[in-house]
Parts: sequence; structure tokens; C-alpha cells
Amino acid sequence: MAVQTAQLESYLESFTDFVRATAPETPAWLRDLRDTAFARFCEVGFPTTRNEDWRFTNISALARIPFRPARETDRVVAASLASSHLAAWHMENALSRLVFIDGLFVPALSTIGALPQGVVIDSLRNQIAQRPAFVAEHLGRYLDTVRDPFCALNTAFLEDGAFVHVPRGIALERPIHLLFVSTAGPAHTPTMTHPRNLIIAEEEAQAAIFEDYVSFGAEIHAFSNAVTELVARGNSNIEHFLIEREHLQSFNFSTLRIEQARSANVASHSLLAGGALVRNNVHPVLAGEGGECLINGLFIGSGRQHLDNYMLVEHASPHCASRQFYNGILDQHAHGVFHGRIIVHKNAQKTDAKQTNRNLLLADDAQIDTKPQLEIYADDVKCTHGATIGQIEDNALFYLRARGIGEIEARRLLLEAFAGECLGRIKSGPARDYAQAVVEARLFALATPAPSPAGAAETKERNWEEVG
Amino acid sequence: MGSSTETIRDLTQQDYKWGFVTDIESERVPRGLTEDTIRLISAKKREPAFMLDWRLKAFRHWSSLEKAQAEPQWANVHYGPIDYQDIIYYSAPKQKPSLKSLNELDPEILRTYEKLGIPLAEQQRLAGVAVDAVFDSVSVATTFKEKLGELGIVFCSFSEAVEKYPDLVRQYLGTVVPHTDNFFAALNAAVFSDGSFVYVPKGVRCPMELSTYFRINAAETGQFERTLIIADEGAYVSYLEGCTAPIRDENQLHAAVVELVALDNAQIKYSTVQNWYPGDKQGRGGIYNFVTKRGKCAGRNSKISWTQVETGSAITWKYPGCILQGDNSVGEFYSVALTNNYQQADTGTKMIHLGKNTRSTIVSKGISAGHGQNTYRGMVKILKGATGARNYTQCDSLLIGDQCGAHTFPYIEVKNSTARMEHEASTSKIGENQIFYLQQRGLKAEEAVSMIVNGFCKQVFRELPMEFAVEAQKLLGISLEGSVG
Repeated sequence: MAVQTAQLESYLESFTDFVRATAPETPAWLRDLRDTAFARFCEVGFPTTRNEDWRFTNISALARIPFRPARETDRVVAASLASSHLAAWHMENALSRLVFIDGLFVPALSTIGALPQGVVIDSLRNQIAQRPAFVAEHLGRYLDTVRDPFCALNTAFLEDGAFVHVPRGIALERPIHLLFVSTAGPAHTPTMTHPRNLIIAEEEAQAAIFEDYVSFGAEIHAFSNAVTELVARGNSNIEHFLIEREHLQSFNFSTLRIEQARSANVASHSLLAGGALVRNNVHPVLAGEGGECLINGLFIGSGRQHLDNYMLVEHASPHCASRQFYNGILDQHAHGVFHGRIIVHKNAQKTDAKQTNRNLLLADDAQIDTKPQLEIYADDVKCTHGATIGQIEDNALFYLRARGIGEIEARRLLLEAFAGECLGRIKSGPARDYAQAVVEARLFALATPAPSPAGAAETKERNWEEVG
Repeated sequence: MGSSTETIRDLTQQDYKWGFVTDIESERVPRGLTEDTIRLISAKKREPAFMLDWRLKAFRHWSSLEKAQAEPQWANVHYGPIDYQDIIYYSAPKQKPSLKSLNELDPEILRTYEKLGIPLAEQQRLAGVAVDAVFDSVSVATTFKEKLGELGIVFCSFSEAVEKYPDLVRQYLGTVVPHTDNFFAALNAAVFSDGSFVYVPKGVRCPMELSTYFRINAAETGQFERTLIIADEGAYVSYLEGCTAPIRDENQLHAAVVELVALDNAQIKYSTVQNWYPGDKQGRGGIYNFVTKRGKCAGRNSKISWTQVETGSAITWKYPGCILQGDNSVGEFYSVALTNNYQQADTGTKMIHLGKNTRSTIVSKGISAGHGQNTYRGMVKILKGATGARNYTQCDSLLIGDQCGAHTFPYIEVKNSTARMEHEASTSKIGENQIFYLQQRGLKAEEAVSMIVNGFCKQVFRELPMEFAVEAQKLLGISLEGSVG
């Protein structure tokens, strides 16, 4: 508890500084939102593994590091980055590209492009200044800051992020690329960022939004705690992507809260490849009849990575369908967690919910904890879940080798096929190509046996649980 | 659907047939739980010192848990607080100190068992099942003792085992479920009154099914029995238990512990048909069934198989598990759990794989009707040394009526890359077209439902010994007649 108290004090200090620094531009409603959220965070503190939602993920290592919000001055330095530095993360064919350095929007590095009439793609900070009434109507309305302290923390430090508004009947054919770069900053001290995105798709709107988390510069502890609220109105069709590939000292927590109205169709694709301790929350609420929701994910871990996927699908209306597919590949000492929960509320008759989690363990020290759960309070439903854990099939490997394919190549092919199941569910072409390139690079590294010096360096790092 | 709905209503509202009370004199200890109660129970049973020490150790642990308010809250069941000082922890039919034969047993008790369909005297004559009957807190009769004795099989009440085989008891008691295991296991270890004890010596195959019948009769008492079964190297035993209780308005606590130990190449099959009084249609009364059951496959190639049919109890909280310690050992769990009216069940299993090439199978069928809430909670843990471990899990739920709930909470933790495990679960209601199909062929809606439910449970019933399978099917029919969705 002593650690907890000391930590909360450090956050309190950061919060006081933050409130003072942002006071002039902060409207009263936003101040209230932040204060309430911070009070809630102080009340509950960081969760322990005794909390059922955090049973397999020990975050005491994170709680112990005194993270400070990235300062304005640091950001100025960081903003001196040239766009050539970001070339590695360039997405072909993107409609717009918004670049956020340590959580703050950098217009100089971003391109909005020509947008159809009425479409707004901007930073949240600008929109809070320009259209406070519209933003206030949605911001923080759907997020559960009571249960999840990280959502509360994000709301407390809410400052900037992406804002996307697609008006009625508009279909954006090319994806919107949101690039979140965390840097070491000039001070090289552990920093935290709390990006906050708000996406509103009106009736019959269509769009694909890509959140991409990367690191730049020295590997020091960084903590990204992102929240995205996605509102999908009637008959809208939205694809959301999340790619986490920060460096191996990063903590990445993200929450995607989806509110779906009647007959809306939302797909969430996540790909966890980087980061030391990663927690990805996806929480759709099917609030209107006939909604459809696809949650598709792939997590690939090696070294001492800890990748935690927490899904909560709430069926609150009749005739909705949800699909969850998560594939995990774990090598070396990686620890994967899948926590999928489907709640079917009393009136959500004719619900069709399906959940599948498949895992490949490539090494003896890799570990997976999976917890697919069904909670059903309606009677006329069709719900299934399944989970499997296995290895690369010897037969399949033999088959390929018998046809003259080398072992490394054969393993890579099989891993790609396993990952390909997830990639195949992506509808948007450019987004799929982009994700595929990330996956292929990651799998290539996995299939190739690591040279021994890397293994020696690795032993210096400690497991998160040992630290805790 | 009108007629089928009615049928369901009729079926789900059938009365509990075993709710009578037997009027016999009984001997009780005063209400409440203190160290003195435990000394008194131990003294009444004339136990050796090591038992009393063990009980007191458990009691102290339990008291510390109770002070820390560590009574488990995580289960998906809801009930008011239990006042542990308002329970009578020991109640025994007044009887002569030691019975030579069934003829000396109180005829009232014998009549009770006859009503329950277990004529002890008759069974002694017919070949088949050896029965140990536990009435309230003590074991009242064990049949077939001599015949089993010839083979060296020990089948007796726990008290008798403590008296006659203290070394065996001492060696194995608490090795699978230690007194620190959980809140109710600690309580049981402190106050347990009786239960069954089975020891099957090396290489012996028990020629008949062993069976225990548990009956709670007295009011305001709790039943805390403890069963210990040991199968020595190469032995085989199949064991059955059945339970009933009279209808009472208050809730009664039943906190049992079952420990199984299977040594090299041994095999234990444990079947339960649990039909404690489930409470009335408004959810008043009924038994709180908080049970800890666990088996240890201690030796190589050993096998433990649990089969349970859970139709009774207001609240069931039960996770028969297997610790697969020996290489190539096998654990199995087959379960049918039915909740009707206001019953709540949170049940499942734990399979802990320690040894190499260990295998486990879990098949769980949950049926919810009325306002019943049925939860499957299972854990499959494959530890680092368990190379080549294999698990298959299937849990299906059937919903009958629109007020009930079915929940699934599996935990799968794998720390070995050679492990293979599969988990599948589904939830659905009885299809209208299935019922229509059967009705079209001249079956009544009620029969159709019964047929569908029995089909749903078939995989589990197949695992039950013959006599029990028939009983279980009947029981399910009675608990659920007319349960068309």
C-alpha cells in the first residue's frame, strides 16, 4: 500500500501541474470531467492481481515508475523531427495522416488532404476550442471511468488526440492514419501520454480509422494510455485498427469504447507486436437492434513481452451479432492473456455471439492464460466460445520440408498462415496491406532463430511478475 | 408453444418427493461453534489425539479467516450472510454404541432409507451395491462389509476408520484438501462428523459399486462429512454417493470434503447424484451445498473420473478437481447441473497438470429453468513440467424459460509449449423446431422436452453406473418436466 500512496502522490503532483498549465484554455465542463475522473482514479488506485479483471497482469512495475506527463518544452524539441524521420511509418493511400508526438498534435508533420463536404478530421484540442458544445456532448459520455482506473487516468489528463466526424451518408474510401509517436524527449525521463480520440460516424457513414503506436529515439520507459470513443450511428459502417509496435521498454494501455446504434456495423482489428507490457481493452456495446460487431485481433510476443487482451462485448439489444477472433503467437518468455467476456442482457433476445481464441506457443517458457466467458441473461440466444492452445504441427512442417522448403522458411509460412486468418478479415485494402507488412516483418524475426548474444542480453531483463 | 410452455411449467413445478422428516430421537451438541464444540465432537467420537490436534488447527485457521471476513465472495451466487454460531454442528441418531448388524438399527431409520429407495437390508441380500448410509452427522450402517473384507478392501465410516486404521487416516487425511485450502474446507476439517472411508489394497479390483447415502434429517443442523478414498497400486474402485434432505423453511449448510488418492496404475471412479432439498418455488429454504472435492493422481498411469448429476440444493458451490501429478495420469469430469426455480449453481472443475503426458477431459452440461442461475467455472492449468499435456473441454448450456441465466467462466493457464488444449462452449435454448419435429411424430411436448434434455445429457449419463444412470434420468425428468423453451 505504501507504494500505492507514494505513486498516487506523484500523480497528484503531475495533475496539479497539468491543471495549472492548461487552465487558460480549459472550459468549465472539461475541468469538471477531469476533476471527477482524477478523484475516481485516486479512490481506486492501480489494480492488483486480486482484481478479477487484472488477474493475469501484474502492473506493479508500471505503478512504481514515476512517470511525468511530457512537458510542452519537450514536445517542442520533439517537434523538430523532420517528416523524413517518420518515413518508416508511412501509409500509402491514406486519406489523411495526423501525427501526434508524445500525445500532442503536430500540424507540420500532418496532412489532412481534401475532404468531402462536412467531414472533420482534426485534433481534439482544436475542436474543443472551436466546437466545445458538440465535443462536450460526446466526450466521456460512453467511457466507463468507474470500473477502469486507466480510463479515469486518461480522462484526468485528457488534452489532445484525434477527432473524426463523418456526416450522414458520406463514405470515406481511403483510411485515416493516426500516428502516435512516443519519444524519449530531451530529458530522457520516464514520460506518460494520454491520447484521447473521439470518432463520430453519423447515419450511413463509412470510414476506416487506423491508430498506430510507435516509438522514436532512445529506449526509455514510456507509458501510453490511450482511449478512443467511437460512436457509430444507425447503419454506419466503421473499421477501426490499432497497431502497437513501440519499443520494448514501453507500457501501452489502450481502450476502445464502441457505442453502436441500430444496424451499425463496426469492426475492430488490433495487432499487438511491440511494447513490454501491453493491455488492449475493446468494449463494444450493441445498443441498437440488428447491430453487427467484429473484433479481430492478433498478438505476437517474444522476449519478455506481456500482451493482455481484454474484450467485453455487451449485447444490450435484440437481434445483434458479434464475432470475436483472437490469434496469439508467443515465443521465448512471452506471456499472453486473452480475456473475452460476452454479456447478453435480459432483453437482448436472438443474440448471436461467437468467440474464438487460438494460440500458438513456440517456446517452452512462453505462457498463455485464456479466459473466455459467457454471461447470459436472455433465453433465446446462440452463443459459443472456443479456445485452443497448440504448437506448430510437425506434420505440416514435414510436408513443407519434404517439398524442399527450408525449416525457417517453412515455419515462417505456417506462422504467416496462422496470422493470415486475422489479416483476411480486414476489409479495407490499403489498411490490410499496411498491417500485413507489419506482421510479416514481425514473423520473419520470430521464425529466424535469434543469435546467442541477444539471448544473453535478454536474461538481464526481468519478468514483470518477478519485478512485482 | 402454449401447450409446451404449460408442460414446462408443470414439469418445473413438480414437488420434491424426498422432503419428509423422520421422527427419531437424536443426540445433538449445543448450537454454535467454539473450541469446546470441537473438543466435544472429538470426545464423542473417542478420537485419538492427532485428530483433535488436526481439528483444532483447522478451527484456528477458519477462525482467522472468518475474522478477516474471508468467506469466499467470488462465486456467481447470491445468499444472505450465514451465521456460523447458529448451526448445530453435530447431530446423531441415538443408538447403541456399536452395531453388530442391520437388525439392531433403529427401524425408523431403516424405513427412511426404504422410502428413499435404498432398502439396506434387502441390498445386503442382493448382489450389487455396498452401501454406507450417513444420517445427519453419523454413519448408521454399512453393508457388505464382510464380503469386501475378504479382499482386503476397507469400506467403513470415517469414525470407524479413525478407530481401526489410524495409520492410514493419518497418512492420507488432508493431503489432497489441506485444512488451509479454503474457508469451507477449513470449517469442515474442524467440525466434520463422519463420512466414508475406502481403502483398496494393491492390485485389487473392487467387485461391486461402493455407495454412500447422505441424509440430512434434523433441523438447524449442518452436515459436514468427509470422505477419503485411497486406491493403492493397480487397484480399481467405483464409488457412488446420493443425497437428500427434508423440506424446511430455513437454509441448511452442507460443507463436505472429499479426497481421493490414486497411486500407480490405480483407478477411481466417483459418481454423485446430488438431490438435496432445493428450496420451494419462491426460493425459500433449501440446502447450501458448499463442497470441496479433489482427487490426486499421485502415481503413474493413474486415473480419476468424476461424474456428477446436480439437481438439488438451493445453492451449489462445487468444483471436483484432479491434480494430475503422476506421469500419464488421466483426469475426467462429467457433469450435469440443473437449476430450477430460484436455485443457483456455480460448479465446474479444476484440472491441474503436473506430470508428463497427463490428459484431462471435461464435459459439462448446464440446464437452467425457472429463475435458475447456472454457472460453469473451470480451471485448466498446465504447469511447466507437464510436457505433452492434453485437455479437452466442452461445456454446453441449455436455457429453458426467459428468467434464467447461464454463465461460463473458464480459466485456462498454460505454461508449457507442448500442451494441447481445446475448449468449446455453447449456449442455446431448446429449438422450437426440435420440439415440433418430435410432436409431429406423436410425442407430447413434455416427452419431447424430456427426450431432448436427456439427449443433451447423454454424454454424461453414459459415464454413470447403470443403476444410477436410470435414477439420474428419472430425477432430471422430475426436476424439469415440460421444459420446452
